[in-house]
Amino acid sequence: MLRLPPLRYEAPSTLEEAVALLAEDGALLAAGGSDLVPNLKRRQYPTARTIVSLRRVADLVGIRVESDGTIRIAALTTLATVVEDSRLPKVLREAAGAVASPQIRNQGTVGGNLCVDTRCDWLNVPDTWRQAAEPCLKAGGEMCWVAPAKKDCWAVSSSDLAPVMVALGAEVQLIGPDGRRSIPIEQLYRNDGMAYLTKTTEEILTEVVIGPHAGLRATYRKLRRRGSIDFPILGVAAAVRLDDADICTEARIVLGAVASAPLRVPTSEEVLVGRTYNAETIAEAAEAARKLARPLNNTDLTSRYRTRMIPVFVRRALEELG
Amino acid sequence: MRSEPHLGIVGRAAPRVDALAQATGRVKYLDDLSYSGMLHGKILRSTEAHARIVAVDTSAAKALPGVHGILTGEDLPVAFGLLPVSQDEHALAVDKVRHIGDPIAAVAAEHPDIAQRAMELIEVTYESLPVVTTMTEAVETTEEPIHGDGPRNNRDREISLEFGDVDAGFDIAYHIREDVFFYQGNNHAALEAHGALGVVEDDGRLHVFSSTQVPHYLHRILAKVLEMPESRIRVTATPTGGGFGAKTDVFSHELVAGQMALITGRPVKFVLTREEVFYAHRGRHPVLMWVKTGFTSDGRITAMSFRTFIDGGAYGSYGAASLLYTGQLQTITYRIPAYRFEGVRLFTNKPACGPKRGHGTPQPRFGLEVHLDKAADDLGLDPVTIRKRNLVSPNTVTVNHLRITSCGLTECIDRVVADSGYLDKRRHLPQGHGIGFAIGAYMSGAGLPIYFNDMPQSEVMIKVDRGGGVTVYSMAADCGQGSTTMLATVVGEALGLDPSDLVVITADTDLTPVDLGSYSSRVTFMAGNAALEAALKLTDLVLTAIADELDIDQDAVEIGHGVVVAGDREIPWAEAARIAEARWGLLVTTGTYKPPKDIKGDYRGAGVGPSPAYSYSACVADVKCDPETGHVSVERVWLAHDVGRAINPLLVRGQIEGSVHMALGEVLMEEQTFRGALHSGPSLLDYKIPTVLEMPRVESIIVESIDAEGPFGAKEVGQGPLLPVIPAVVNAVHDALGIRLDAIPLRPDKVLAALDDLERGGPGRYGPTDLPDYTFRSPLRVDPPPEAVTV
Ligand SMILES: Cc1cc2nc3c(=O)[nH]c(=O)nc-3n(C[C@H](O)[C@H](O)[C@H](O)COP(=O)(O)OP(=O)(O)OC[C@H]3O[C@@H](n4cnc5c(N)ncnc54)[C@H](O)[C@@H]3O)c2cc1C
Repeated sequence: MLRLPPLRYEAPSTLEEAVALLAEDGALLAAGGSDLVPNLKRRQYPTARTIVSLRRVADLVGIRVESDGTIRIAALTTLATVVEDSRLPKVLREAAGAVASPQIRNQGTVGGNLCVDTRCDWLNVPDTWRQAAEPCLKAGGEMCWVAPAKKDCWAVSSSDLAPVMVALGAEVQLIGPDGRRSIPIEQLYRNDGMAYLTKTTEEILTEVVIGPHAGLRATYRKLRRRGSIDFPILGVAAAVRLDDADICTEARIVLGAVASAPLRVPTSEEVLVGRTYNAETIAEAAEAARKLARPLNNTDLTSRYRTRMIPVFVRRALEELG
Repeated sequence: MRSEPHLGIVGRAAPRVDALAQATGRVKYLDDLSYSGMLHGKILRSTEAHARIVAVDTSAAKALPGVHGILTGEDLPVAFGLLPVSQDEHALAVDKVRHIGDPIAAVAAEHPDIAQRAMELIEVTYESLPVVTTMTEAVETTEEPIHGDGPRNNRDREISLEFGDVDAGFDIAYHIREDVFFYQGNNHAALEAHGALGVVEDDGRLHVFSSTQVPHYLHRILAKVLEMPESRIRVTATPTGGGFGAKTDVFSHELVAGQMALITGRPVKFVLTREEVFYAHRGRHPVLMWVKTGFTSDGRITAMSFRTFIDGGAYGSYGAASLLYTGQLQTITYRIPAYRFEGVRLFTNKPACGPKRGHGTPQPRFGLEVHLDKAADDLGLDPVTIRKRNLVSPNTVTVNHLRITSCGLTECIDRVVADSGYLDKRRHLPQGHGIGFAIGAYMSGAGLPIYFNDMPQSEVMIKVDRGGGVTVYSMAADCGQGSTTMLATVVGEALGLDPSDLVVITADTDLTPVDLGSYSSRVTFMAGNAALEAALKLTDLVLTAIADELDIDQDAVEIGHGVVVAGDREIPWAEAARIAEARWGLLVTTGTYKPPKDIKGDYRGAGVGPSPAYSYSACVADVKCDPETGHVSVERVWLAHDVGRAINPLLVRGQIEGSVHMALGEVLMEEQTFRGALHSGPSLLDYKIPTVLEMPRVESIIVESIDAEGPFGAKEVGQGPLLPVIPAVVNAVHDALGIRLDAIPLRPDKVLAALDDLERGGPGRYGPTDLPDYTFRSPLRVDPPPEAVTV
C-alpha cells in the first residue's frame, strides 16, 4: 500500500479558522478526501504540509429545496445523499450515481467533486513511476509529456457533476479571506490543467445553488470503460427547454473530460435554439460539437476515439430529451 | 487412483471448509501477521529500463535513525530462477538492471515511513544502455543484449519441432488457410499483493512466511540464495488472496525478507504495493502467432503449422515452459495428423512474464479457435461441425506423443450448443447481437516436476489422535481454488467423516510432506490421489483391526458415516480408531503420487505438455455490440467443463465462474502495456478488470467423464474453463458485426477500426499482418507414435 507523506492534520470547527489555516504555505483542503488522499499518496503535491479538513465545520451538510424550486446543496453533502434524494432532478442524481463506486460515493462530497483535481495518465501514477519518467509540469517538473512542444498542462477536468451543474446554470457560494461571494459555476473553471479553478486556494466552496428550473429537460451521458469505478473520459451534459410547438427556446450543452475545464458547446446550442427539436436538428447539433474539443492522449482509450464519440454522445443525449 | 464414492461426501455441493473464516475476516493473510519488534522492509527499484549499475550509495540511508538493515546485490550474489534452465535472476541487481522496477536495494526500518525515507536516500548511479521494448527490436542483433554478451539478438530460447510430414499434409489439402493473431499480455491482478515475512526463530532457524503458491520451490531457492541448508529454513505459505499463477515464482522480496531477518535478528515484513505487483508481474505473455492449416473438403485437418513469438520481458522465469505451452496443446482437442511448431521467446526491457491461469495456452487457443471459425466459413461448414470432424477420441495418443485418456469433449459441445440454441441463433440474431462458440482443454497437472527428480510430486500424511480426530498433512497451498477443501473431502469420503470435521495442515515445510505447489492444475489430481491413497491405507488399518477384534471376516466390515459398520453393529469412528491404535500402534498413513512414465514422448521439449489427464471445455458466448461506440458487452455465457468427477460441484462452479470472469477481462479489456518501458498505469483503476456490472450470467454445465486415474475420477477445473471463453467472445463479435478482431483485447477503438475497414470495402479486420524478421532453425523431426493417426 502507498503511504501518505508526513503531514499536519487540522480539523477546525469554523469556516473562518479553515480559511485562515488555508492561507498557510502548503495547506490543502480536504472534504471526503477520496480524491485528495490518493493524490497525496502518489506524491502529486510535493509542497503539501497541512491538511485542513472540513469535517468538524457545522452546517456544511444537507440539501434544501426552497418553495420556488431553488435547490441548495451544502458542500459536504455526500454523493450518496444526492443519489438518494428524490426531490432532486433526475440528471443530478444520475450523474452523482455515475461517480466512482458506491463506497466512494459514501465518502465523496459534492464540493469535492466540483473541485476534483484534473487528471492525466502521466500524473496519476505513483511517485516511483514518475521518477522513471521525469515529473511533468503539474508534478513540479519542467515539461508536459502529453504535448511536449507546449508549456501548458493538459490535465483533464474529470468531474461528473461539473458539466451537469454548468448545464443547469448553477451558482457556487465561496467564502474566503475577503468574505463570501457567489459566482456562476461556469466561472469557477479555467481551461488550464494546473490552475483549473479560478478561486484562490484560501477560498472554500460552501454551497451550490441551482435556481428554479421547471420545464428544463436535462440529461448526462458518461463515457468510460466499465459500468462503475472509472472516471469519465467524456461526459455530455445537455439541458434544453422546448415550447409547446417543440421549438427549442434554451439549450446548454456541456462537455466534460475533454479539456481542463467543462466546455460549453455554443456551436451546438446555436443550432438548436429557435428551431424545432427533431432528429434533423439534433443530428446537426451533434455534428457541430465535433470540432470544439481536442482531447489528447492522456486518459483511458485514445484521443481519436474520444473525439469520435463526442457527436455520438451529444446526439444520444439530445435524443433522450426529445 | 480411481475409487468409487459410496458415501455421497464426494459429489456434494458444500461450502469450503474455510468459508466461514474467510467470510468473517478471521483468515490471517500475510499482511495480517505481526511480531513485536518487527521491522518494515522496502525495496528500491530501478527507474531505468536497461542500465549498468555503476554505484549504489547507501551511506545516507544507513545513517538514518531507525534503519536496521540495508542490502544490495553484492550481499546476495547467487543467481536463481525457478526453472533449472533459467538461472538468470538475482535477489537484488548485480551489475545490471533490466526493466523499470527491477530490485536494486532493500531496507528494513522500525516504521514503514522510515523505510520509505531510507529508500529515497539511497543513491544509484546508472550507466544507461539501449532499451528494447518490442519483439521487432528484440530479434535484431545488438552490442548490449539484455542477458549475456553481444553482439547477439535478444532471444531467450527457441523451439522448432515437426511431428509427421507437414508438407505432405499441406500437399493433399483441399483448402489451406493462414492467419496472424496477437494476444496482448496481462497481469493476474490478484487482490492480495505479494508479501513475505522473515523471522529468526528461537532455535536460530529462519522462518519465512510468504503469500506463495509454491512453498517447496521457495524453500529450495531460499536455501540456494541464502547459502544455507534447507534444514535450517522453514517456509510457511500463508493463505493467499488470489494467486492465478502470480505467486508461483520466487521473488526478490521473499529472499530479501529472509536475509534481512538474519542480518538484523528481528522479524522483517515486506508487502508489495500494487505498482510493485505489476513490476513483479510473471503474467500472461504477449504472443504474436501465425497459424496455417490444411483441410480436406469436408473440413478434416491434414496438417498444421503454428508459429509463436512470445514477449518474455526481462527474465526467464517459467518462460521456457510457457513457450512450449504455446505450441504443445493444440493437439489435445483436434486430431492433427502432421504438426509443426516453431516458437521463440524474446527478452525485452519489461517486467518478466510467466505463468497465468492457462499458462501459455490461452493465446494459441484464441488463435486456433478463431482460425477454425474462419476456416468453417471458407468451407461452408458451421463452427460446430468443423470441430466435431476433428475431435480427438478418448484413449488415443497425439502426433506429439501426448496420451489422451478420458475425454468428455463431445458431451461438453453438445450440452452448450443445445442449451444456448447456438445453431439456431448463429447468423439469425439482429445486427449488433451475436453468438460465438469455441472449445478448449487443459492439463490436470504437469507430468514432469520442475527440477529433475524421481520422487513423488505429491505426498500426503494422515494421523489419527486418540479422540478419533483426523489430521491431514499436505504441502498443497490453497491459493483460493479450494485445495484444502478438496483434501478434506477426499479423505472424508474414504473415512466416512464430514470434511469440516477434519484438520488439514497445509503448505508448511516443517510440518507437511512435499507437494510441488499450486500450479498447472495439479493439486486435485496429484495431492488428491496421494490423499486418497493415504486415506485408503488408514481405512484398511481400521477395518482390519475391527474385523480382528470382532473375529469376523474383513469383507463384512465397512466404513459408514462416522462409524464402522460390522454386520449389524455400528462402531463409532473414534472407538474404531482406538481399537485400531491398540492393534497397530500410532495410526499414521502416507500416500504419494507420481504420474505414469509413459505419458510423454522422447524428444527435446517433450517434457512440457504431458499430463496424466486432460480436462475439456466448450463455451458459447452471447454478446451485444454497439456499432457506433464499439462497446462490446457479454450478455450470457454457457460453459460446459469435463472435470472428470466433481468432488465438490459448488467449488467446480466457482472455478468456472471465476474463469469466465478472468477470460472476459482478457478478451475485453485487460492489458499490461507500456509507454516506452514504463507501465501504462500500474493501479487497479487504470488496469481495467471487469466489475460485477460487466459480469454476465454464467450457465455452468458440469460434465463428468470419470477419469480412470483421477481421485474418484476427478480432473482439473482451475484453469481449463478460461480457455474457450476468449475465442467464443471474439467469434460472437464476428457474428454480431461481421468483423474479425485478430488482436485482443477487444477495445472499443479496435472494434471501430475493424468496422471502418468493413465500411471501406475491406475484410473488416483488425489485427497484425507481419511477423518479426526471424528465421527459425530447421525443425527437429519427431516420428509420430505408431498409434497416432497420420497423413
Ligand atoms: C477510484 C476512484 C474513482 C473515481 N471516480 C470518479 C468519477 O467517476 N467521477 C468523478 O467525478 N470523480 C471520481 N473520483 C474522484 C472523487 O472521488 C470524487 O470526485 C469525489 O466526489 C470527491 O469528493 P471528496 O469530498 O472526496 O473530495 P476531496 O478529495 O476531499 O477533495 C477533492 C479536491 O477538491 C477540493 N475541495 C474539496 N472540497 C472543497 C470545498 N468545499 N471547497 C473548495 N475545495 C474543495 C480539495 O482541496 C481537493 O483538491 C474517483 C476517485 C477514485 C479514488
